[in-house]
Amino acid sequence: MALTAVNSTKNNQAVQAEEQLVYNTKNLNLWYGDHHALKNINLGIKEKDVTAIIGPSGCGKSTYIKTLNRMIDLVPGVKTNGIIEYRKRDIFSKDFLVEELRTRVGMVFQKPNPFPKSIYENIAFGLKIHGIKNKQIINETVEKSLRGAALWDEVKDRIHQPAYGLSGGQQQRLCIARCLALEPDVILMDEPTSALDPVSTLKIEELIQELKEKYSIIIVTHNMQQAARISDKTAFFLNGEVVEFNATDTIFNSPADSRTDDYISGRFG
Amino acid sequence: MENTARVKAEEMVGRIDGRLMKNKAIKGIFLTATVFTSIILIILLYRIISQGAPYLSWDFFQNFASRRPEQAGIKAAVVGTLWMMSVVIPTAAILGVGTAIYLEEYAKKNALTSWIQMNISNLAGVPSVVFGLLGLTIFVRVLGFGNSVLAAGFTMALLVLPVIIVAAQEAIRAVPNELKEASYGLGATKWQTIYRVVLPYAIPGIATGSILAFSRAIGETAPLIVVGIPTFVAFLPSGYLDSFTALPMQIYNWTSRPQVDFHNLAAAGIIILLGVLILMNSVAVWIRNRYQAR
Repeated sequence: MALTAVNSTKNNQAVQAEEQLVYNTKNLNLWYGDHHALKNINLGIKEKDVTAIIGPSGCGKSTYIKTLNRMIDLVPGVKTNGIIEYRKRDIFSKDFLVEELRTRVGMVFQKPNPFPKSIYENIAFGLKIHGIKNKQIINETVEKSLRGAALWDEVKDRIHQPAYGLSGGQQQRLCIARCLALEPDVILMDEPTSALDPVSTLKIEELIQELKEKYSIIIVTHNMQQAARISDKTAFFLNGEVVEFNATDTIFNSPADSRTDDYISGRFG
Repeated sequence: MENTARVKAEEMVGRIDGRLMKNKAIKGIFLTATVFTSIILIILLYRIISQGAPYLSWDFFQNFASRRPEQAGIKAAVVGTLWMMSVVIPTAAILGVGTAIYLEEYAKKNALTSWIQMNISNLAGVPSVVFGLLGLTIFVRVLGFGNSVLAAGFTMALLVLPVIIVAAQEAIRAVPNELKEASYGLGATKWQTIYRVVLPYAIPGIATGSILAFSRAIGETAPLIVVGIPTFVAFLPSGYLDSFTALPMQIYNWTSRPQVDFHNLAAAGIIILLGVLILMNSVAVWIRNRYQAR
């Protein structure tokens, strides 16, 4: 009797742990033509965590994050097998429309990529493609999203000016605001600060700390200090494999794998 | 040590004079080419304007063709060209831009599409007479349009189609991938991305290329001759299946007459044709500058 009780608590814990996962990757393999870019990836990503993905160039970290919202589909000649579950639904299944996945999972890219439109229109874009026409809702959402991305105070007097007039860091926060407008569950960030100066980088990092209250964030970064500063968990990718995935503290202070140790102490990469 | 150096500064400095001479000579060659071209153009324009300008009058626009030069006008040709272009522009624009969007955004890149691509590029270089023969066979004879506005318009549309497709493809290809990714990343469908991101960005390029192609359609003569467009027309078309004449046909007709007066009328017609072409090209330049400034 007691034994079964213990077992069921264990099961409950397991179920609970499972429930808290936004993404669960199981045996994911990916090929660009003949090149085996991701090898047997297994990763469970918890909700409301900042999960950092680090690794040297060409290790597959960008490929992996682009697979999470199936942006990788845009690259010709890509083959995958294995499973990625988003909230327990297989993202590769026919019933899970890619448009729905990308609505629930926002993405911020390496280079700030605002549309050649006004600041306002950049944020309204996402609402309009989803059929929201009510001016008042759009106006409110634009303000809320800009506030959420810590950009409102800087641009409130010129939201109808072209977005290209903003600085690089502001453009990147605009891109984050553009994501927030759709109330996503997860935000994927693919080296969001690699094209920015240190001050803008710091602002984005502070913003990420605020955003993690509401959103699950997965961030690919080249910058190990950045991963150490902002993330709860870190995955170290090397040659298309996950070498180590653990709490950020553990990865940076007592890594289990010698390759992780070599990488974070700057011996290669 | 110095004696063993293979490169000697003194030797190289000594060659500078010679290099500068060559520099100047080459510049002279290019300048001569430009001056020569300009002179030819000026002579041509001077001859046409001095010949034709006195014949430009309100009557010239108001009158139909006539056996008597003093009564002959260009009305039928101007109106006929407008009618023809009202077929060419929508047909070629819709087919051309549609094909370009399909090839760039939808079609898989494989052997078949690259074969189609190669053929489109080759079609752009096929002589216009060949398109005339195609039009004669299909539109005039098989479909039975006769030598009408519709037959000539479709023929001209086919003639300029490859140019428009290639221009539109280049404009679409120039749309930064990051912008498309931003749109897809927000959950947009392919069509929403094309309509809201790709086309607004590509429109200036598409418009510029298309306008240049349309101005070619206005000036082409050979396909009209082959399709059998008459030169002596004393009425205006009242429908797309009516016969008509066009500016280059009228000019061609007048130049082939023996009387000098008709040659002068042809010069006046050429002035009008040139005016239309300059106007269209200016619009293309204006569109390009306007959108580039943004």
